Amino acid sequence: MTDTPDVRLGNWQAVGLVAGREIKLKVRSKAFIAVTGVTLVLLVGFSLLMKLISGGSDATVGLTGPTTALEQPLKATASTIGHTVDTRSVANEADGRAELAAGNLDALLVPSGDTFVVVVQQDLDGSLEDVFNVLAGQLAFNNAITDLGGDPSAVNETVARARVEVLPIEPPQEYDGQQLVIGMVAGVLIYMSLLLNGQMVATGVVEEKSSRVVELLLATIRPWQLMAGKVLGIGVIGLAQMAVIGGVGIGAALAFDVLTISLSTAVGTVVWLVVWFLLGFLVYSLLFAALAALVSRQEDVGGVITPPLMFVILGYVVGISVLPADPGNKLVETLSLIPVFSPTLMPMRLAMGGVPAWQAIMAVVLTIALIPALVWLSGRVYRNAVMRSGARVKLMDALKPV
Amino acid sequence: MGRRLEIDGVSKRYGDVVALREMTFDVRAGELFGFVGSNGAGKTTTMRIALGVLAADGGEVRWDGAPITPTTRRHIGYMPEERGLYPKMKVGEQLVYLARLHGLSPSAAERSVREWTERLGVAQRWDDEVQKLSLGNQQRVQLAAALVHNPLILVLDEPFSGLDPVAVDVMSTVLKDKARDGVPVVFSSHQLDLVERLCDRVGIVRNGQMVACDTVEALRAGGTTRLVVVAPQAEPGWADHLPNVTVREHDGARTVLELGEGADDQAVLRAALATGPVTEFSRHRQSLTELFRSVVTGEVAA
Repeated sequence: MTDTPDVRLGNWQAVGLVAGREIKLKVRSKAFIAVTGVTLVLLVGFSLLMKLISGGSDATVGLTGPTTALEQPLKATASTIGHTVDTRSVANEADGRAELAAGNLDALLVPSGDTFVVVVQQDLDGSLEDVFNVLAGQLAFNNAITDLGGDPSAVNETVARARVEVLPIEPPQEYDGQQLVIGMVAGVLIYMSLLLNGQMVATGVVEEKSSRVVELLLATIRPWQLMAGKVLGIGVIGLAQMAVIGGVGIGAALAFDVLTISLSTAVGTVVWLVVWFLLGFLVYSLLFAALAALVSRQEDVGGVITPPLMFVILGYVVGISVLPADPGNKLVETLSLIPVFSPTLMPMRLAMGGVPAWQAIMAVVLTIALIPALVWLSGRVYRNAVMRSGARVKLMDALKPV
Repeated sequence: MGRRLEIDGVSKRYGDVVALREMTFDVRAGELFGFVGSNGAGKTTTMRIALGVLAADGGEVRWDGAPITPTTRRHIGYMPEERGLYPKMKVGEQLVYLARLHGLSPSAAERSVREWTERLGVAQRWDDEVQKLSLGNQQRVQLAAALVHNPLILVLDEPFSGLDPVAVDVMSTVLKDKARDGVPVVFSSHQLDLVERLCDRVGIVRNGQMVACDTVEALRAGGTTRLVVVAPQAEPGWADHLPNVTVREHDGARTVLELGEGADDQAVLRAALATGPVTEFSRHRQSLTELFRSVVTGEVAA
């Protein structure tokens, strides 16, 4: 008689074994490595690109003779209109015209009485023209003051000090342009991540069903352990991926000085991203796992997971199309509090800033409150459907108690 | 004193369809038990219930006298009728994973998988994905999956289907070895000659019920005995007057008779000799196949 070997396996030990398999396989999968790598390269490349664009000037203007004195006023005027203008002194007008022809200059200022003339190769860029018009007006203004016996600099100072005072009844939310961009990137990341990892759960469930290995697995562990292990394993790896991508992305942007937001805001963004990935992944992967258990072939997965997938896509599309132009949009604000939309909309809003604390907390609380109900529901559907291979199991049948 | 696997009064219905009706039998330690019946008779359902993959509506599965639990189920080595492994997982890794799900430690699992892949001839395929293996080798891996955790009970659904003759021999040897170790082994099969050769006892199911369950010898003895008599000068009806004897066939000189209870074969011989010379007189016991056929068609209730 053989001795009875010890075959005890704790609940969480079983879940851990299943999760371990998922993690091991996914980390080694070429698709996973490729997606992570490409995303990282894209993010770092995007930061570099932003740096190059913001670093250069919009135009180079040649100055000659007396117009060299206009260098400071020109740059100042350009910057008030939001442009960067580089200047360069040229010896005389002829040299300047040669430089224009060579394309080294965008415009050349030559003196003409009290004012100046702009020489260009073909035509003047509209925004540069605005700069020159403002500058010309300024010069005419100064000349008129001098003619009247006044001091142009004193007058200009008085003019510059005169400002309307705005008294808002409700202080508006100031949105930082950089944070809007981060919000968009956060939206894309969380959308991609929910989509990829959620579908991974669904195809994983069907793979076990279609290869029929599920019968062998369920002869040793319980259905909930198999489902929990799968969701946990894919979740852990998705989380790590999100943290790495978010961290490297923000880090690269800060390192290249593309982002000038504070470090705490940057860290806050990544933390919220991770929190919402976790919550969103739990909500959607539970739904995906349960629905995928209804079918036995990979071809049918798309059909069953489309309804919950629509919520992910809808949230993302609404957010990405409305928020950049109107970060305080009321509809988005309301939607972002509804658990099925929160995972895509809330992280975008949070990254853009200006979310009242009560809304941020309420969205988390509502989503967390939904999770136990989903666990119960999808656990039941999964348990009832996963052993029934062949035709698609009706959701209503799978919901019935055994 | 061994540990028995008992299936006691297990019932199961799917909606209006009764799959199992008070299914009862036991598999004793060290015994090879053959489970036969037509398709849809309830063999797979019974095995799935024993494994806890399906829930029974009534009845009990016991091992070693106690109701089977999720933990004691880990002692079962199972081969489902629907073969299944992860197609994209490597052979070695997959078997180690399955062994660990049965509660083995990482090192014990690895050791056991090495041993079984070696023994079943798939050791050199350790690092190959299962889907790259031939069907025969996939079957061997499947068998290894049922054995790697050193099971104390073996439940195999159609283990011989789709095997080549060499693999059939390997499988037979493994099953016999396991039984010799004191493991109760139950398997279903449609290959009745194989069941007859291998099994200590056989259970025949029909419509979700066990209709015959005994040793092959006893089953055959319990069945009818036929006599084949070749008497060239015998007229048709020569044996009609014999008590408890039915003539099944009469074809020229050859007559096949069925002996009922209490029939005297010597009286048949005397009657045959009375017609003239007898060139053949043989007793013909039912084969399992014949027995099966008569049992499942409901001709004979054993």
